[in-house]
Amino acid sequence: MAEQAGDKAFLQFTNVKKTYDHKTLVVKDFNLDVAKGEFITLLGPSGSGKTTCLMMLAGFEDVTSGEILINGRSVTSIAPYARNIGMVFQQYALFPHMTLRENLAYPLKIRKRPKDEIKAKVDEYLSLVELLDFGNRFPGQLSGGQRQRVALARALIFAPDIVLMDEPLGALDKKLREQMQFEIKRLHEQLGFTVIYVTHDQTEALTMSDRIAVFNNGIVQQCAAPHVLYERPANLFVADFIGESNKLKGTIESVGDDRVGVRLEDGGLVSSLKANCCEIGLPTTVSIRPEKLTFTDRLGSAGNQVKARFVTRHYVGEYIRYHFATADGTELVVKNLNDSSAPQFSNSDEVALAWLPQDSQALDRPVAASTL
Amino acid sequence: MSALTTTEAGQAASARSKKRLTAFLFVVPLLAFILLTFVAPIGSMLWRSVHHPAVAELIPLTLVELQRWDGHAIPDETTLNVFALELHGLAKQRLSGKLSEELNRAYTGMSSVVKSSARRIGRLKIEQLESQGAETLLQAHRNWSKAEVWYAIKRAGQIYTYDYYLTALDLELHPEQGIQVREDTQIYLQLYGKTLNMALVITLFCALLGYPLAYYLSGLPENRANLLLVLVLLPFWTSLLVRTTAWIALLQTNGVINSFLLSSGLIGQPIEMLYTSFATIIAMTHILLPFMILPLYSVMRGIDPSYLRAAMSLGAKPIPAFARIYFPMTLPGLSAGALLVFIISVGYYITPALVGGTDGQMISNIIAFHMQRSNNWELAAALGSLLLGLILVLYWLYDRFVGASNIKLG
Repeated sequence: MAEQAGDKAFLQFTNVKKTYDHKTLVVKDFNLDVAKGEFITLLGPSGSGKTTCLMMLAGFEDVTSGEILINGRSVTSIAPYARNIGMVFQQYALFPHMTLRENLAYPLKIRKRPKDEIKAKVDEYLSLVELLDFGNRFPGQLSGGQRQRVALARALIFAPDIVLMDEPLGALDKKLREQMQFEIKRLHEQLGFTVIYVTHDQTEALTMSDRIAVFNNGIVQQCAAPHVLYERPANLFVADFIGESNKLKGTIESVGDDRVGVRLEDGGLVSSLKANCCEIGLPTTVSIRPEKLTFTDRLGSAGNQVKARFVTRHYVGEYIRYHFATADGTELVVKNLNDSSAPQFSNSDEVALAWLPQDSQALDRPVAASTL
Repeated sequence: MSALTTTEAGQAASARSKKRLTAFLFVVPLLAFILLTFVAPIGSMLWRSVHHPAVAELIPLTLVELQRWDGHAIPDETTLNVFALELHGLAKQRLSGKLSEELNRAYTGMSSVVKSSARRIGRLKIEQLESQGAETLLQAHRNWSKAEVWYAIKRAGQIYTYDYYLTALDLELHPEQGIQVREDTQIYLQLYGKTLNMALVITLFCALLGYPLAYYLSGLPENRANLLLVLVLLPFWTSLLVRTTAWIALLQTNGVINSFLLSSGLIGQPIEMLYTSFATIIAMTHILLPFMILPLYSVMRGIDPSYLRAAMSLGAKPIPAFARIYFPMTLPGLSAGALLVFIISVGYYITPALVGGTDGQMISNIIAFHMQRSNNWELAAALGSLLLGLILVLYWLYDRFVGASNIKLG
């Protein structure tokens, strides 16, 4: 899958802005190119503008300024029912007075397809979501997971250009959510439709997407593949929002091609990857993932080091979380696999923690918000 | 699963019965209230419509004698003598007026006949009656020689009767031909029809006016919708009488509406609006509208806007989406509102009485008439029982075709 869709973009948001109250922008200059068949997730905290973007694409909210193009054609003035976009809602929105079959047949009946074709299609999609035996039931007689599968089938049955999913798994419990993630992925690979998926659950975003656009305050902070987001976050917000990160404050002392030297507040000098910093003398934050931080005896003298006091230890199951505090009170977390090598510490032991320079990022602030 | 031991089962059972008793104690006051003010009056009404001992108490011996009567010619002399004797007794006790009223109800025109005959017979001595009773009676009025009169008296003497139901259904019992349609006065059936018709029209108007309003309210933010709902309920806070009187002021010949239309030159003659069924319908629609709006609103409020969005994303244009998706989902509220408005308007009394005139009267006004003016409580009870039966039948039909479980009041 193309990382950047480039000129052949199937779906394009260009300079899209949205305000509800004519005072503040909910979406500030949204740009995104999506290739055909791509699985894009809009990820962000609630109120960050991701659902608004989805609603503008679906046509339920109008665009304040900017363009949304599908296949190079602007859709901003096209009515929602003419956009040929499938949508899966958080609360399923299955029509309660119709059976599953009637629900699935609905978009086809509107399109005036012949009866036998409708029947064949409904059969096909019911078996696709493994609910063929449930066709004559009403949505109220199904479990949450089954309802969501029907909603999915209904959004796909009329072969829409794009399928939008607005937190579709939000109402399900954890185990079911994981099953459904797998299910959606399977259908996506099998049928090859384009997905715009909205969620605030980062695990969901990381496991399913080709690319993730991380939203905050109406701005896309970073749009990249999951591993890039996780390993090379573009700014502090992304580093914080996706996964967990240890943050050490310091000042930039030297700038290289892709590395910077940072003088930490406790006086130590560390080397780190250059992200969105960097000028000598400016403050910065070095971010390290808890599982990249380890104890010196593992790494020898290869990496950066910082001294910290042991605070407490949490037993999680497959791994153990060690909590440390540096001299200036910054909290550091180390994730260590729960194997025989997991060390024991007693309170207030002073330990040197180490990490490799390529596993850390020198980060600035989040992308500044532009105003109306 | 392991079975409970006997002791455990016993404990569970006693806990359950204790719970039931507590629950029952909570509803006892309401239950007593309902029994006293609702079930008992309705029961006594149903009872009164078939139980009518008045005539049987006044002339018991005559009625016994009439048992032997073949129903064709005048009853034999013994019977007439017994009747004369009883009439004499009634005249002395000043009860002949009551008898005249009762018999008049059974056979029109008997009021004066009974009164004058009672006076005549009352003047005789009891010893004279033994021999001259029958003769005096027959001389007193020619009606006493009519078989129909005696037939009517015999029927009126029955303690348990369905005659009032026959009257309420515009039927009568003919001595030879059995039950047949009464030819002279056809009022009640027509009135039932008109009542149902008007209730239907009122329900329709309420639905037409209430549905768009409820839809609009359901789309508003909660605080504004609540404010507007208070306005919908505002009519409930003013007296029904005041609201109805306001309609009189609006609708009368030189009322607000006519004055406005006349002065604007739209009409040359005032329109007769007050004291017509039009006035009844318009005033009752106004009064009953909240009963339609409230259930509709609460059902619509519960419908997630994503249903309509889903329909549109699936390709449905707004109007088909509304008709096929939204409207069916509001049916529970619509049927609840319609049922409420219909049943309330079928039995409505005060508004048609005030603004309806003769044209806009409904069945309850006739019932009230028989209760208050003509003093025929038995007929009023029969009419009321029929109305109750009619509503039950309609409710049954509704349940059959729409399903009562679909009703949703909130």
